Amino acid sequence: MIANLPFIAVTVIALIGIVVILTRKNLVKMVMGLSLIEAAVNLFLVSLGYRNGGIAPIFTNAPAGEMVMPTVQAMTLTNIVIGIATTALLLSFVMLVYRKYGSADAGVMRRLKE
Amino acid sequence: MIPEIIIRNAPALLIAVPMLAAFVTPVIAKAGNGVMKAWALLATAVTAAIAGIIAWQVLDFGTIIYTFGAAAPGLTIPLDSGGIPVRIIFTIDAMSAFMGIIAAISGFAVCLYAIASEKRQTGQEMFFALLLLLEVGILGMVSTGDLFNFFVFLEINSIAGAALVSYRIRGGLSVEAAMKYGFVSTLGGLIVLTAIGLLYGQYGALNMAMVATRMQFTVLDGIALAMLVTALAMKSGAVPMHFWTPDAYGLAPSSVTAFLVVASQASLYGVFRIVFTLYGGIVQTLDWTTVGWIVIVLGVLSMFVGVTMAIPQHDVKRLMAYHAVSQTGYMLLGVGVGIALLGTASFDTYGIVAMEGGIFHIFNHAMYKGLLFLTAGAIIYRTGTSDLNRMGGLGHSMKWTMLFFGIGALAIAGIPPFNGFASKLMIYESVYLFNPLLAVIAMVVSILTLASFVKVFHAMFMGPKLPEFAEVQEVPAPMLLGMGLLAVIVVLFGVFPDQVVAGLVEPAARALADQGAYIASVLGGA
Repeated sequence: MIANLPFIAVTVIALIGIVVILTRKNLVKMVMGLSLIEAAVNLFLVSLGYRNGGIAPIFTNAPAGEMVMPTVQAMTLTNIVIGIATTALLLSFVMLVYRKYGSADAGVMRRLKE
Repeated sequence: MIPEIIIRNAPALLIAVPMLAAFVTPVIAKAGNGVMKAWALLATAVTAAIAGIIAWQVLDFGTIIYTFGAAAPGLTIPLDSGGIPVRIIFTIDAMSAFMGIIAAISGFAVCLYAIASEKRQTGQEMFFALLLLLEVGILGMVSTGDLFNFFVFLEINSIAGAALVSYRIRGGLSVEAAMKYGFVSTLGGLIVLTAIGLLYGQYGALNMAMVATRMQFTVLDGIALAMLVTALAMKSGAVPMHFWTPDAYGLAPSSVTAFLVVASQASLYGVFRIVFTLYGGIVQTLDWTTVGWIVIVLGVLSMFVGVTMAIPQHDVKRLMAYHAVSQTGYMLLGVGVGIALLGTASFDTYGIVAMEGGIFHIFNHAMYKGLLFLTAGAIIYRTGTSDLNRMGGLGHSMKWTMLFFGIGALAIAGIPPFNGFASKLMIYESVYLFNPLLAVIAMVVSILTLASFVKVFHAMFMGPKLPEFAEVQEVPAPMLLGMGLLAVIVVLFGVFPDQVVAGLVEPAARALADQGAYIASVLGGA
């Protein structure tokens, strides 16, 4: 049970993110929801690589024993960087929407619907 | 004649050239707008040449393996890694090379077109930098043999694509479309990453060939398959996740739309690669007929919903966007029939033909759809409106555009001797043997497509010259050249389909269906 705690946390965070995206009308909050899902994915990746009692995967002068998996950590790092890029891009879209329509509410984005 | 070092490192150059060119573009722009455009054009031309070299190498000598950071490109498994290919490996088989050629040709034509079509805009250096980055994303997705690397290129593709959709802002409308596209792409990307995490957690590898050999098809693998296919189908704009396509395609600059079509097809390639290569080894455990039928039903729905939504549209680009959804259905139908028959005796007789038809259609679609979007852009460039009800009589002043539009429209409707006919005929013939009803549906959709484009042609070009368009002239030469390049390919591929199918399409279909060869090329032996 206790070993599954990180994965339960992943599910909870991702669910909060999904609920935020579905229920909030403010575009900034929707982007925040997306960031929450991204955080959940990052936590998921890191927890995948965790080994109970494992040490940091640095090979130089490493003591004997299990190491945590390094690949998922590298993946997480990459995803954090990608996440910054997407969040910045989406927020700049929100900014432009606000500037043009005078509101950052998803309700104002009706002009495309036909 | 081509230096050995270029041939040997072609897979790395395929990514490096456009990526470096993209980041240098804003700096080059300081030397003047003309220099920057020449630079961007040169970069796409060189990329196209490299894609050509790669295709020639792959078709002549078989799959290219390029291991980044290794002493030799072919050294896939480092000696101290315990038999796991830990490095990022580009695995370019005939299918990847085929997709690479599509992206490279399209990229060059679009860049040529954009030189003239975007000249009234500000921030052009960013436009060309993003265009090159989008090309990097597409080429990377189709070349890589590494799951995580695939995700990274998918994200490059999404970010550059979303930024380009919003490029013209247009009072916020384009930003809305870009917001939608960016949101959907990011969510899709995260789903893909989670699925990759599920696979890595079980098999401890990210290399597609390695995961494929270890694949057990547990419940988690099933979930990962569903997540990957859903997310990538969403990005390729298939029904029922097509809602973003009309907005993004309709409101992006036309040159970008033509390239976004290719970007969507790179996602479609991802679906095929995952189904065939990653999960292809578990023929016994996985019910291929069911998977095939799911793809077929998605395809038929896309075909039908796309075309019926297209008919009432009066915005020319929205109309074309719905047709793009409809045409994606043909690719899914062809390949779906191939999947359904995989491993049976019928696969070698007509299943492979259906797959070839579907794959050939990817190429043809990129060419004629790109051409159509570019002609729509040319019309909008001169008239300033995308509303079909306000156009008319443009045939008097824009003869070349009219000719190119005619070629594209006949190709998309599947009229001989254009390339759309060649691939659709292959799909009809083989699908008819599989299930006659599906072939009939495909033909009906083609007829509806033709009807829709006859209406568009009439609305745009026919009738008397309208007074408000009295000043309209033909578009500048670079735009005509960009359209002309695609038009020539549309006609050539329609006149000589047998040569193209035998030389390019069949190896691609065979490579996709043959999972063993893919694994063997990376891991050796097997």
